[in-house]
Amino acid sequence: MPPPAATDWGILPLLAVMLPVLAMVLAAPLGARGAERLTLSLLLPGFVLAFGTAVAIHVSGAPVVHLLGHWSPPLGLAFRADGLAAAMLLTAAIVIAATALFARDGFGTKPGAPETRAAFAFWPLLLALWGAINLAVVANDLFTLYVALELLTFAAMPLACLEGKRETVEAALRYLMFALLGSVLYLLGVALIYGTAGTLDITLLSGRLGLDAPVIVAAALMTAGLLAKTALLPLHLWLPPAHAGAPAAASAVLSALVVKGSFVILVRLWFGVLAGAPAMGAMQILAGLGAAAILLGSAAALAQPRLKLLVAYSTVAQIGYLFLMFPLVAGMPGSEAAAKAWTGGALQAISHALAKAAMFLAVGLMAARLGHDRIADLAGAARSMPLPLLTFALAGLTLMGVPPSGGFAAKWLLLSAAIEAGQWWWALVVLGGGLLTGGYVYRVLSAGLTAGGARAPAPHPPGLPEAIALGLALLSVALGFLPLASFGLVQVGRMGLAP
Amino acid sequence: MSGTVFGLLGAALVGIGLFGMLVRAQPLMRIVCFNLLGSGVFLVFGAVARRGAGAGFAADPVPQAIILTGLVVAFAATTLAVALVLRLADDEDEAPR
Repeated sequence: MPPPAATDWGILPLLAVMLPVLAMVLAAPLGARGAERLTLSLLLPGFVLAFGTAVAIHVSGAPVVHLLGHWSPPLGLAFRADGLAAAMLLTAAIVIAATALFARDGFGTKPGAPETRAAFAFWPLLLALWGAINLAVVANDLFTLYVALELLTFAAMPLACLEGKRETVEAALRYLMFALLGSVLYLLGVALIYGTAGTLDITLLSGRLGLDAPVIVAAALMTAGLLAKTALLPLHLWLPPAHAGAPAAASAVLSALVVKGSFVILVRLWFGVLAGAPAMGAMQILAGLGAAAILLGSAAALAQPRLKLLVAYSTVAQIGYLFLMFPLVAGMPGSEAAAKAWTGGALQAISHALAKAAMFLAVGLMAARLGHDRIADLAGAARSMPLPLLTFALAGLTLMGVPPSGGFAAKWLLLSAAIEAGQWWWALVVLGGGLLTGGYVYRVLSAGLTAGGARAPAPHPPGLPEAIALGLALLSVALGFLPLASFGLVQVGRMGLAP
Repeated sequence: MSGTVFGLLGAALVGIGLFGMLVRAQPLMRIVCFNLLGSGVFLVFGAVARRGAGAGFAADPVPQAIILTGLVVAFAATTLAVALVLRLADDEDEAPR
């Protein structure tokens, strides 16, 4: 493919990356109070930038490209926001905004109160994470993507051990080891690809690489590295302790956004960089691992005694659905089924991000009120805190794929694409995963809906945090009410496979 | 010629580092092995730079720029990991009292 040329409005995705990064640098000397104010003041501009990018892409029907310093690749670096990137920018802006408003309760500094260390760390890290996820979805250069991956890890790891308890520090160290191994394997793959093709721009590489030995080794190394970061099944061991041990607001962004960054890069690798090298075998392996993640992750969630761990294992399972799109998109390039699978995968990423953020926030509220998160002792939760339990149920509907919800639309698209592509076994996995998900959501609801024991706390008037969690869950359900045509956005600039 | 030698040395370092990261249990050893692995990758980049030299340069500057950036990232990662290990060690020292 020819190198990408700069388009109008290319400055929008650039600003979407620059704004949180600059704010993070500014936030450090401002202290906890100043950093909190700065973060809150940026939520709206950040959303407007993401929305503007989406509108620009939708109106022009083509990806929005910015060339850094007006140097065209291969000499310069390009930012290229396609439909998938715009959808992820919007999702990130919404989840970050909701988390930031929610976190004012735990990490906000009240007037007159002394600033805490956790608050001082939280706000700049949240900004760093926002900048990193935006960079990971709009960068169009394999090495810039490496930097984005590392930034994501460096922002996410401290968030996971913000409370400083011994087990969370251990979980963070394990997370860091997995992540470092993953990124260094990715970097080795980048070296091999540069040695083969002499460029790292995804658009230039697209269609240029054949299935030579170095390319196969590079693809294997980069895929393994990215799977470790995305926590796909055999490499998921770090995720449950890290996500379950983090404070609620941090878990929400970790589960909703951080694992999606490396997933988007994996999509760019297989459907962008390696578009000219069809590898159905590798795709089937990826989806096979995804299917194993769905079934085993859901089964593990069913067996968890603690609420936060249950939600974390549910993330392991829901990540599996993302990988079902690979063989379905690659199986029939250019067909209706491929387009459906692509939209289904993107929609699963978005609806899971919203639903899981809502679920972690709701679980955090329940754990804070009860003082524990043992599922067996949830009795009376429906009376004392109806809104968090309702939030959990609504988010659970999306994860199960019950209509009408965003998760239903995603799973329906994947299911029908699987049948149209003649790969019906993936459809069985989607259905089985939905049943298991229903099982673990029911476990929590049935425990919460039983009449209260003596220890259930008194009813508490719901405040802003409850409303935010509920809002996210409602949003994830509302995605299912949109007509499917409105998801045409994520098809814009789909690489390598466009008919 | 020297490009090939450095490439092979880089591959050997990658092998040693990867083996250590997967097999060793102590965090400090794994951090050292991560650095070995990283050095191997940078050496491979160096070999790629020498091989791809064009336009009269002794070596292709792009992989060299990547090595510099990668070194900074690897250094930051190492400090983060060591900080976590120190934190855990402090906890262990305090635990018996």
